[in-house]
Amino acid sequence: MIGLILQIVRLATPYLFAAAGGTVAEQSGIVSLGLEGYMLAGACAAAFGSYYGGSVWSGVLCGAMGGAVLAAIHGIATIRFRADQIVSGIAINILAVGTTRFALRVAFGSSSNSPRVPGGASGLLEIAGLLSIFAVSAVIDRTRFGLRLRAAGEHPEAATSVGISVSRVRAVAVVASGILAGLGGTFLALDQHQFSDEMTAGRGFIALAAVIFGRWQPLRVGAACLLFAAAEALEINLQGTSAIPSQFVAMIPYVLTIVALAGIVGRSVPPAALGKSGH
Amino acid sequence: MKALLSVLAGALLALVVGDLLILGVGQSPAEVYRLLLEGTWGNQYGFAQVLYKATTLTFTGLAVALALRAGLFNIGAEAQLALGGFAAGALGLLLPAGLPAPVAVVACIVAAAMGGAVGGAIPGALNAWFGANEVITTILLNFVILFFLNWLVTAHLHVPETVHTPAFTNGTVPRLSAFIPAFKGSAANATVLLAIVAAIVTGWLVFRTRYGYELRAVGLSPDAAEAAGIVPARVRVATFTLAGALAGMGGTNFVLGYKHYYEDGFTGGAGLIGIAVALAGRAHPLGIMLAALAFATLSQGGLAIHALVPKQMADILQGVVILAIAIASRQRS
Repeated sequence: MIGLILQIVRLATPYLFAAAGGTVAEQSGIVSLGLEGYMLAGACAAAFGSYYGGSVWSGVLCGAMGGAVLAAIHGIATIRFRADQIVSGIAINILAVGTTRFALRVAFGSSSNSPRVPGGASGLLEIAGLLSIFAVSAVIDRTRFGLRLRAAGEHPEAATSVGISVSRVRAVAVVASGILAGLGGTFLALDQHQFSDEMTAGRGFIALAAVIFGRWQPLRVGAACLLFAAAEALEINLQGTSAIPSQFVAMIPYVLTIVALAGIVGRSVPPAALGKSGH
Repeated sequence: MKALLSVLAGALLALVVGDLLILGVGQSPAEVYRLLLEGTWGNQYGFAQVLYKATTLTFTGLAVALALRAGLFNIGAEAQLALGGFAAGALGLLLPAGLPAPVAVVACIVAAAMGGAVGGAIPGALNAWFGANEVITTILLNFVILFFLNWLVTAHLHVPETVHTPAFTNGTVPRLSAFIPAFKGSAANATVLLAIVAAIVTGWLVFRTRYGYELRAVGLSPDAAEAAGIVPARVRVATFTLAGALAGMGGTNFVLGYKHYYEDGFTGGAGLIGIAVALAGRAHPLGIMLAALAFATLSQGGLAIHALVPKQMADILQGVVILAIAIASRQRS
């Protein structure tokens, strides 16, 4: 039983980080289709940082920065230049796939995986992943910045009229989302002691699904991450038995989220100004 | 004019980033771009490959553009394309050997359209009747549908040791090399004509029919359309179904024209690039065909330069172009 719980937490860690980030950005009004890209960049940067820096910690630092850089691109495009947030998010994901493969190829002569790098710190990162959800919850619900964040996401015009810089709040939120999602990718790379091509394998989208399924409320989002990770644990533990095909178990997060979006079992309502420019 | 400028700005930005990447790996940009053009438009095989890739992209671009005209974002072209390819490949296996070839081909094309239409109708209905945001549902459905097809193929229909279904013989479309010997070895096939017809028909539907008028009215202002007696929900379901059918027909390029079987993962991101094609082509049939050629050139050109610069440069440049397009197509808020 304890073994199962530990397995679920371990599987949930990348989701928890990325979904915590996604919640922050979406609460501020920025659509987070790029979570997958931030994670992938984070995983790649973590492996490079760990390889060239020679320690897990340089890996963690670079991983967070890798996610932050891609998120900053999304932020500059959508906040400064008012780019369409959906299209920009798609571009970020394509950029991340291309850039990480290109970097692998140039640095290691292979576009599929890096050599073995120093890794580990998994336990610490697992705890940090869980804490990130609580931290995001505390910041959103209990701080002045959280209030501004929600104002930017719900009523940007009203926020602007009381002197809040919606652009600045959103910029901070989107970079924070990149750092968090980057750490999710970092966990993957350091846990496996290497970066491999597209190693995030859609986890950023599962995290996005968790944000929506959790109705943009941090604690609910965290619970959704654990639920989706439990489904994944089920899939892994069922492997070899023919009870349910693994593909059907893998569909669970997506199907649950579609059902929630359609309002069949209580509707998920996004922040009012999600995806709209603040000025 | 403004639209053209923004596309040019995107191309220019891609060129700058491309230069930096090429210089970064110690090569000469002039030499790399020369190779890129030589490997695509500079020889007949390369040109045929560009045509082949542009064919699928034209279909997915049309699928995204049609929805865009109705104010909807179709991110599901990837799964709709796969469903179309699967339906064509499955029907190809079921058709009796004695059926006249033209009938078999048409039947397979219709099957592809219907397969894709199913993939479009689901998010369309969820949007129109349940108010579910189509951006999110199409992204999520991509995963659901691709997992489902993966299960169908790997658990039931695959040829052992592969992830593709058995090949069929009745219902295939000839390669262009049968008519133009210089295209020998290229996958380019007669479905390129189907893509051109699809673009023309889509243009006619959008700009010359009552349905197209209603579609554009809903896209401009759902409230005003409703006040004018149009039922936006009905238009949205119809549009998403049609969009799915267009993307689904794109599956014929690979399945009927190239491999003669359905293969897991054959879509390879063509649905996603379709979004870029639709936006760069300003959701206009002619623009879409040109944009499809441009993105196909980038993709094929990546292979031509691989000896000097990793071919992934093409992926990066695609991302840069899409980002530039995102900035150019500012939000409608």
